[in-house]
Amino acid sequence: MERNQQLRRQLASMRQSLFDQGHLDEQFILLEELQDDANPNFVEEVVTLHYRDSARLITTIERALEKSPLDFNKLDGYMHQFKGSSTSIGAQKVKAESTQLENIARQEMEKAQLHLLELMHSFQVKTLSKNNNNLICMNPSRCMKTFQLLKRDYATLRRKLEAYFQLARQAGPNEIACRPK
Amino acid sequence: MNLNNDKGSMSTASSSVTVSDQFPAGLRVLVVDDDPTCLRILEKMLGTCLYEVTKCNRAEIALDMLRTNKNGYDIVISDVHMPDMDGFKLLEQVGLEMDLPVIMMSADDSKQVVMKGVTHGACDYLIKPVRIEALKNIWQHVVRKRKNEWKDLEQSGSVEEGDRQPKPSEEADYSSSANEGNWRTSKRRKDEEEEMEERDDTSTLKKPRVVWSVELHQQFVSAVNQLGIDKAVPKKILELMNVPGLTRENVASHLQKYRLYLRRLSGVSPHQGNSFISSHSQEPPYGSLSSLSGLDFQTLAATGQIPAQSLATLQAAGLARSAAKPGLPMPLVDQRNIFSFDNQKLRFGEGQPQHMSSGKQMNLLHGIPTTMDSKQLVNLHHSAQSLGSLNMQASAHGNPSGQSSPLLMQMAQPQSRGQILTETSGGQVPRLPTSVGHPILSNGAAGAMLARNGIGENSRGTGYNSVSQTSSVLNFPLNHSAELPGNSFPLGSTPGISAGMSTLTTKGGFQEEINSDIKGSGGFMPSYDIFNDLQQHKPHNWELQNVGFAFDASQHSNSLQASVDVTPSVLVNQGYSSSPRNVQNSNVSAMGKPIFSVGEGSEHGNALNVGQHLNSLLVDNSTRVKSERVTDTSCQPTLLPQHFGQEDLMSAILKQQDGLGPAENDFEFDGYSLDNIPV
Repeated sequence: MERNQQLRRQLASMRQSLFDQGHLDEQFILLEELQDDANPNFVEEVVTLHYRDSARLITTIERALEKSPLDFNKLDGYMHQFKGSSTSIGAQKVKAESTQLENIARQEMEKAQLHLLELMHSFQVKTLSKNNNNLICMNPSRCMKTFQLLKRDYATLRRKLEAYFQLARQAGPNEIACRPK
Repeated sequence: MNLNNDKGSMSTASSSVTVSDQFPAGLRVLVVDDDPTCLRILEKMLGTCLYEVTKCNRAEIALDMLRTNKNGYDIVISDVHMPDMDGFKLLEQVGLEMDLPVIMMSADDSKQVVMKGVTHGACDYLIKPVRIEALKNIWQHVVRKRKNEWKDLEQSGSVEEGDRQPKPSEEADYSSSANEGNWRTSKRRKDEEEEMEERDDTSTLKKPRVVWSVELHQQFVSAVNQLGIDKAVPKKILELMNVPGLTRENVASHLQKYRLYLRRLSGVSPHQGNSFISSHSQEPPYGSLSSLSGLDFQTLAATGQIPAQSLATLQAAGLARSAAKPGLPMPLVDQRNIFSFDNQKLRFGEGQPQHMSSGKQMNLLHGIPTTMDSKQLVNLHHSAQSLGSLNMQASAHGNPSGQSSPLLMQMAQPQSRGQILTETSGGQVPRLPTSVGHPILSNGAAGAMLARNGIGENSRGTGYNSVSQTSSVLNFPLNHSAELPGNSFPLGSTPGISAGMSTLTTKGGFQEEINSDIKGSGGFMPSYDIFNDLQQHKPHNWELQNVGFAFDASQHSNSLQASVDVTPSVLVNQGYSSSPRNVQNSNVSAMGKPIFSVGEGSEHGNALNVGQHLNSLLVDNSTRVKSERVTDTSCQPTLLPQHFGQEDLMSAILKQQDGLGPAENDFEFDGYSLDNIPV
């Protein structure tokens, strides 16, 4: 009992810190609200699904970023996907960083298109490449830097959530259900 | 229709729109998203709302599920960005094939994307992360959609008054740019048609419904013709029909619908809902030459959400069903046939019976809680796939001469809505809409509907009412599924007409209208053979006769090209574009006269001949012609090919008057020869 209470207290504070540090936002709470007796581990289930799916995506993005020139069109797509998934579980920081990366990709695409147009006008490019998004990234370091940040926050949250759920399982279902409003 | 009854809520088995107490619980939702996390969350949220959730992570699979279980879902929620198929494309497909409300969702909330959702027809757009509150209310989209469908049906079913009322506005529309007016009116008409159909269902729900099969309707029509439309009273009709088990009330209500139908044909009740018809008929019958062809398509396209597909389906269904008779007076599809008299004759004779049969089977109303009629409509909606098949069937069915098929085929093609209209029939399509307008009869006689549609249209374009089964079929597709249910009238008359019409229109270059005109003329041309046929077929196609005549007249005007002789009277009619059908009707009769004067002349003479024929027909059938039908025909205006502007027509006519012939030169209409119109 005592142990259990202790666990619950620990769990609560873990949870709170995730919010305080900005790792999680309101969406997480909404997920918790969906949890009920019929689905006692709903939140954990969803989070697990998310990490399984996004792990693959992260690897794909990393590989794409290593390519040269960068395919911004694809990158934009990956980021959008990643963002959508992160948003669903309330991963705030990761969501913000992926939005940033998405914007960079879009900006780069625009730049590349403009660049291409300029080239065309000056007749330096005779053929119009379909994949103008394959043009050299004007600012590769910016992409990489943002991505590194994203990867770091992603890993952090993942780790913390895994610990959280592990503790929650030990403490029993009640703890998860009650959350500070 | 599927009356799904899970939890009773959304099934619309009954004609009423009531939902069970549990509603919206049990709402069947299909969620499509490639992100498993989102999918799981949505599933949980929707479950919390007590909906019945099916999740799917691939758009193609979702489409398959929707197709195989046509009435298994009430609403679809789909993500925008998916790897295998664009969410908007899925949205379009669902809207076309199943006509289910679709909600789009995305993490992207940029205005462009949201706007895209709107333009593609999404009934809502949710931004991720989706809140459960947003999901709690999605049932409203289902109810709204159903309600609108119902309303349409109700309106059309509601009565003559309903029909009348819109008329004035429609007429106003006519006067304004034909296209716009037509579109709206046709849409309205279509809606009305649908409503009427629905209404019929509901009103008769109380007693055992009588299914007005094609045969029964033909019996009815012949009885009415025998008595004379003015003198046809339910009691006498019942006696003449001598059908055991049929009550006077059944006949009375059917007669009412029939009258509405006739009125519609004559352009009186423009709102019938057949967009097609409205476009055709409504538009200045003769005056709209120029815009008609283009218009019709637009109208049709506009009016029918599903237009192409549904129409095609309908037609297909109608045609396919319709037994044997090709019904289509003119090769709906084959332009060449347009002028073949053989076809025409065939059409005349046959039209009706076929229509009926075909009509029945079409289940246009998908998801609409109507009775059989709705089914037909459903078919419409389901068109996409069915269209193809239906068309095939229809083709086979409807035209012995194979004409109908072509028409159907054309119709089926889900080309742009507008296209379908034009394409299918060339002329036919436009005609179809008319039929939609009167869903009244429908019980199931899809054929009837078709016929109706066909008739409506036929009258407009071609007097092939009898023949056109196909036309009826055509009609359906055009009109929107909703309308179909109600149109059981056009027994055969329309189909043929439609066919004729379409053929006319299909003729190269000539927009629907023209084709129909041609057909019409073609039909009549045969040295009065048609006339004879018409005479003979009177009983079959009440429409045909009247329509045919009127049609011819109008057709002539439309097809100025060929029928220069259409004459001034025709022109007059045309010039009416905005004038109410009635006016046109009178013109029609007037037209008849001038036509006479025109010599048979040459190929162009076809038109002329037709005109003459028409005249004779008109004269002979003055009584008939004068009846509403005549007016209907006059309304046909749509027949007039768009390309020929009024000036052209005028000049053509004038030329004709001077000496036959010139028409051809003017309108590139070379071979107006009945037999082969080089389309």
